[in-house]
Amino acid sequence: MSASPVYLDAATAAPLHPVARQALLAALDDGWADPGKLYAQARRARQLLDAARAATAETLGVRPDELSFTGSGTTAAHAAVLGGLAGRRRVGPILVHSEIEHSAVLHAAERHTAAGGTALGVPVDRLGRLDVAAWETAVHAPGVALAALIAASHEVGTVQPVEEAAVACAAAGVPLYVDAAQAVGRVPVPAGWSVLTASAHKWGGPAGVGLLVVRKGTRWESPWPADERESGRTPGALNLPAVVAAAASLRAAAADAAAEAARLAPLVDRIRARVAAEVPDVEVVGDPGHRLPHLVTFSCLYVDGEALLHALDRRGFAVSSGSSCTSSTLRPSHVLEAMGVLSHGNVRISLHRETTEADVERFLAELPGIVADLRTEAGVVGL
Amino acid sequence: MTAPREVLDCRGQRCPLPVIAVARRLPELPVGTVVRVLADDPAAAVDIPAWCRMRGQEFLGKVTGEDGPAYDVRRQH
Repeated sequence: MSASPVYLDAATAAPLHPVARQALLAALDDGWADPGKLYAQARRARQLLDAARAATAETLGVRPDELSFTGSGTTAAHAAVLGGLAGRRRVGPILVHSEIEHSAVLHAAERHTAAGGTALGVPVDRLGRLDVAAWETAVHAPGVALAALIAASHEVGTVQPVEEAAVACAAAGVPLYVDAAQAVGRVPVPAGWSVLTASAHKWGGPAGVGLLVVRKGTRWESPWPADERESGRTPGALNLPAVVAAAASLRAAAADAAAEAARLAPLVDRIRARVAAEVPDVEVVGDPGHRLPHLVTFSCLYVDGEALLHALDRRGFAVSSGSSCTSSTLRPSHVLEAMGVLSHGNVRISLHRETTEADVERFLAELPGIVADLRTEAGVVGL
Repeated sequence: MTAPREVLDCRGQRCPLPVIAVARRLPELPVGTVVRVLADDPAAAVDIPAWCRMRGQEFLGKVTGEDGPAYDVRRQH
């Protein structure tokens, strides 16, 4: 008999929040019309969209007209980077970013450099924390149009010094873009940014909804062909029922965030301590203190990451990995690389509102044996 | 830099195999010996220095020659 499945990959996609399901089903009936048209069905759709925007803006502490919904978190990140650079192209061609940004940000940076722009990566330390002195120097150089910093690492959980980075940006007169995908709905995001993005399926909303916030006074220019929807920031019709569900679930997640963080952070502490103590030759990575409450990453020496994921899956555990053998490009995670930590045998665990203490205990009870079996099979015991 | 005494050809091998190769071979050689690991898997660039740090061995650096990327490791203990 196989044990019940334990889903531990909320940082990729959290299970749909019950509030999201309820709102989605209701909005499928009421929110199918184009909110831009002039008839009753459209007015109903417009009301739903306006309410979703107002609720989400209130949760984020921004003005409703600063917030646009997008078709995904990735699209929002692309728009944040390319739009922020386009809006300040007269200032210069340089994008400053941390070396541990999400690939969506780095792929937008690649597009920028392919078009003749410059992207400058700022290093992190062994714990995955931004080198603030290097950041300060980088943003003060002439020709910097935009600086991008992830609020907290999606791969290792280390919370970034956003406030310090924002102070440096303000002193240099450079707008700061913060990718808050792992923070929104879980932990507060420090002030001082000009552009912010998030992704609904990270907090229990449906996939296919992103948030793009551009503060008043920020010079941002849409990188897409002209379209009047979403203040000209998102071309194409929105998936309105999904937007409504995203907004409802964000409000619910934000209301529970402090309590959830207080419940999950000790479980992450337990995983960090027990994995380090009970699995030989393991490197638990990321900052032990300044970190997200729900995410933990470790690497097992001499173990093939893909084999480890499959072995865990056979026991019912769904986890993620930054090891090269688990990526389509066969490259190790750029985040682990920037930190200089072991990249093979890597596992990322991310908890969510349905994760129980019993789930974590079962994982901790089974992991040492699974790793030991893989090492025995590979003939690497005692190396 | 000290010339390597031995070359481990791990080209075509995916991580963790190059790391396992150096972990097997290094303890068989005298302390102070330098081994060069030829490895074209990009993960080796991260994992060989990380292994040296975890095992207290010395990572001397990456060399890129005709045979592709290589990593020099010195046995410390």
